[in-house]
Amino acid sequence: MTDAEATPIHRALGLTDAELGDITSILGREPNRLELSMYSVMWSEHCSYKSSRIHLKRLPTTGEGVLVGPGENAGVMDVGDGIAAAIRIESHNHPSFIEPYQGAATGAGGILRDIFTMGARPIALMDPLRFGPLEDARSRWVAEGVVSGISGYGNSVGVPTVGGEVVFDECYKGNPLVNVLCLGILPVDRLVLAKATGAGNLAVLLGSSTGRDGIGGVSVLASAGFDEGSEDKRPAVQVGDPFEEKRLIEACLALLDAGLVVGIQDLGGAGLTCAASETAANGKMGMDFDVAAVPRREDGMEPFEVMTSESQERMLAIVTPDGLREVMRLCERWEVQATVVGRVTEPDAGGVGWLRIVDGFGGEVLAEVPASSLHDAAPLYDRPMAEPVDLAGRRAEVVGAPADADIAETLLGLLCDTTWVSSQYDHQLFLNTVEGPGGDAAVLRLKHPVTGVDTGRGLAITTDGNHRWCAVDPRVGTALTLAESVLNLACVGARPIAVVNCLNFGNPEHPEVMWQLSEAVDGLSEACRAFGLPVIGGNVSLYNESRGTDIDPTPVIGVLGVVDQLLRRPPGVALVEGDALVLIGDDLRGPAPSLAGSAVAWAVGNKGGSLVPFDGPAHTAVADLVRSLAIEGALRGVHDCSSGGLGLALAELSAQSGIGARVSGVPTAAHLLAELPSRVVACVPADAADGLVARATAAGVAALRLGTAGGDRFVVERGDGTAPMVDRPVAEVSARWRDRLPDALGAGTSQN
Amino acid sequence: MAPRVGVVQFPGSNCELDVVEAVRLLGGDAEILWHGDATVAGVDAVVVPGGFAHGDYLRPGAIARFSAVMGAVSEFAAAGGAVVGICNGFQVLTEAGLLPGALQKNRGLKFLCTTVELRVESVESVLTSEAVHGAVLRVPINHFEGNYTCSPETLAELQDQDQVVLRYVQNPNGSVDDIAGITNAGRNVVGLMPHPERASSALLGSEDGLPLLRSLLATAGAPA
Repeated sequence: MTDAEATPIHRALGLTDAELGDITSILGREPNRLELSMYSVMWSEHCSYKSSRIHLKRLPTTGEGVLVGPGENAGVMDVGDGIAAAIRIESHNHPSFIEPYQGAATGAGGILRDIFTMGARPIALMDPLRFGPLEDARSRWVAEGVVSGISGYGNSVGVPTVGGEVVFDECYKGNPLVNVLCLGILPVDRLVLAKATGAGNLAVLLGSSTGRDGIGGVSVLASAGFDEGSEDKRPAVQVGDPFEEKRLIEACLALLDAGLVVGIQDLGGAGLTCAASETAANGKMGMDFDVAAVPRREDGMEPFEVMTSESQERMLAIVTPDGLREVMRLCERWEVQATVVGRVTEPDAGGVGWLRIVDGFGGEVLAEVPASSLHDAAPLYDRPMAEPVDLAGRRAEVVGAPADADIAETLLGLLCDTTWVSSQYDHQLFLNTVEGPGGDAAVLRLKHPVTGVDTGRGLAITTDGNHRWCAVDPRVGTALTLAESVLNLACVGARPIAVVNCLNFGNPEHPEVMWQLSEAVDGLSEACRAFGLPVIGGNVSLYNESRGTDIDPTPVIGVLGVVDQLLRRPPGVALVEGDALVLIGDDLRGPAPSLAGSAVAWAVGNKGGSLVPFDGPAHTAVADLVRSLAIEGALRGVHDCSSGGLGLALAELSAQSGIGARVSGVPTAAHLLAELPSRVVACVPADAADGLVARATAAGVAALRLGTAGGDRFVVERGDGTAPMVDRPVAEVSARWRDRLPDALGAGTSQN
Repeated sequence: MAPRVGVVQFPGSNCELDVVEAVRLLGGDAEILWHGDATVAGVDAVVVPGGFAHGDYLRPGAIARFSAVMGAVSEFAAAGGAVVGICNGFQVLTEAGLLPGALQKNRGLKFLCTTVELRVESVESVLTSEAVHGAVLRVPINHFEGNYTCSPETLAELQDQDQVVLRYVQNPNGSVDDIAGITNAGRNVVGLMPHPERASSALLGSEDGLPLLRSLLATAGAPA
């Protein structure tokens, strides 16, 4: 007996028996092979969010300035001066584990299309990356390949990569996270949606020919975990061509500028099936789609392969018959292939728009389904949830600080300069990048996308995630992650206006994972409401597991901010010789805090304890103060306290500037290393320090003059006359920071 | 009248609008020259900008040199017109034979985007005439294939004829003799890997590219 006989075809395509029943009742008959393929990709976890939709509904999605919220290709905010900003975040986790270079490259390519589909020119990418430990040769291979892929594709396609994160942790060893955020700008009046209207209008396929790459990528690859034999899935990874994408961007923006586009949709997951059905369903119309007209890379492709291929660098534009000639001319100029593949049709008497796949217009009907059923009728699961059985015990654990002798080494071991990564990315193209990689948040000049006129204002973006906090407490951890983003923006003088999220979780069929997801959504909702921020887009990546072990819950938050007056460069992570160091948001007078969820606790394998609760008003007070100080130019250096706590913030300031520091009055190692929220370290002229503390106090924000920047040693003292907790030459601190990644990645890699 | 600078656009170019913006910032006129048109449209100077012309397929600049506009650029240069190739544009000019040598992969075999220090080695060129000899400029680089190489004879000639116009203070990519930019024998064609247009504003981190671009505008604005 062969495998084909053993497994019914719908199951091989990733559909359950119940889902097959739903399809049969929608159609009133058994689906054929092509129809089954179309439903299987559209109803996959990746495309339908069938496990997460029920939870995502709880997120706040409306607010001032929201032009487009979740559900479209990208969220869009009105940012003033007739300019709108389109933003989206995506994951390409599974393809990047199998084929790091192409997985990461096509992740960038896919999100760029989501942005210019909205009529926006992509102006920036951010890459939050998470890999297995640096000690693991295969994880290094994945990391190098992913960075090369982002560099190779992003640089060539001509969109700067202005920031991101790089995290190494054991939990990502069998399942790295490759998230990518893209920001674009457009004139408000050019906003277009993925909508096919007007019976008789034409669907034109733009870009690459269709091949057999990526067939079933969303269902076979993205919606299942990894186990032995995952390498066999490599053919489900697509291959990217940034030059094709670059021409496609220019051609599509030229078509939009000329007013030739009725609606447009990119071809990403689920390929032509998704683009054709989504445009038709959004326009409440039907479409006849000529599968025979689709240009192919190879002979002998079956219709189901053509309709579900995830070949990259393709777009589907809806145009009028009158405009077709000019569309063809502009595409020819940019050397972009353009082919009429569909016709918009009227809905039937019952209002149902039918997507008919035909073999030549007027030819044999190969498939016939209600266009909207591929989306709206997708199953919605309320999967079982359960908190971990040992939760109460875990949270009651006490997480202590390292012994005195180990403090300095523990702290220095956390230092990691990511320049090795960011120097491989073009982060300056378009002459916008005021603050690039390495800062608390990226800051871009805001110029009008058509006239180029400088508004004198800026956009700021940050991405943040903390799997340790979220493993300890997914609800509070997610709220604190958004809080960190808000504070990162404040450090560069920006006020937050909108949130996107990429929810990276394990297998949704594990009740504990669904509980994590639900808690994270609630934590994000709570923090968004506290800050008055809408969620305007998101992505859910499930099945991040390897050999049955789920990753730690890793919601990655992207926040868009506005700098209302971009008069000067933000202070940055810097020290000035002789300046005072002031801690804002804490006076270190409280009892020794818990190290729960901290990098230090993780390093010794302690994953217990409880996080401090999220306090919206207190955090807002700190962020407002820091933002004002940054805008006024009152700070000469600033860095938020996040991973690694106050200690790592100080060490990074010192390492990055090459200037020493001497701080006192840190009572315990726990005060130095705990990751309490709502705190920044500021570097200000010595004669301004007392005034700053007074100003903070008046604003209801605790503050403490910590010490002085300068000299050639990095020293942290308790202030009680005992030996310093840390006392190292700044040259060593800088070297440890700078050499960490190059030394580790120079150690060779392995595919196995 | 403000000097007119034509900026070539190939499919895959991506720094053309940045150059236009920087030229306009300095009071020049800038316009795009489409690669498929066999003319430089009467401009006073030509910039071949950075990017990945024709996707850098085969090797950087190898296909771009066959674009129709390049014949016109060559004629313009032969008649003494000012031509500057930045980054990918430098690669295009070497492939087109307007400048000697070639650009190979960086010594570290990685793409490199960072800000470097350049020393002005000669002020006798269309891109350095307004700069100060010996001055050190902070200007970004952004390339994978920026490692300049040439035959020993060519190198000797470049050195003897004072054709090396910019050198790296600390060589980032393995270029022979720390070369960051060169000019031709006529001193009217310059190629360099660093991006002066990216050093055009204090807000962006450096204004050190402005003396270079000012030199080009001064040359372009001078009566023929």
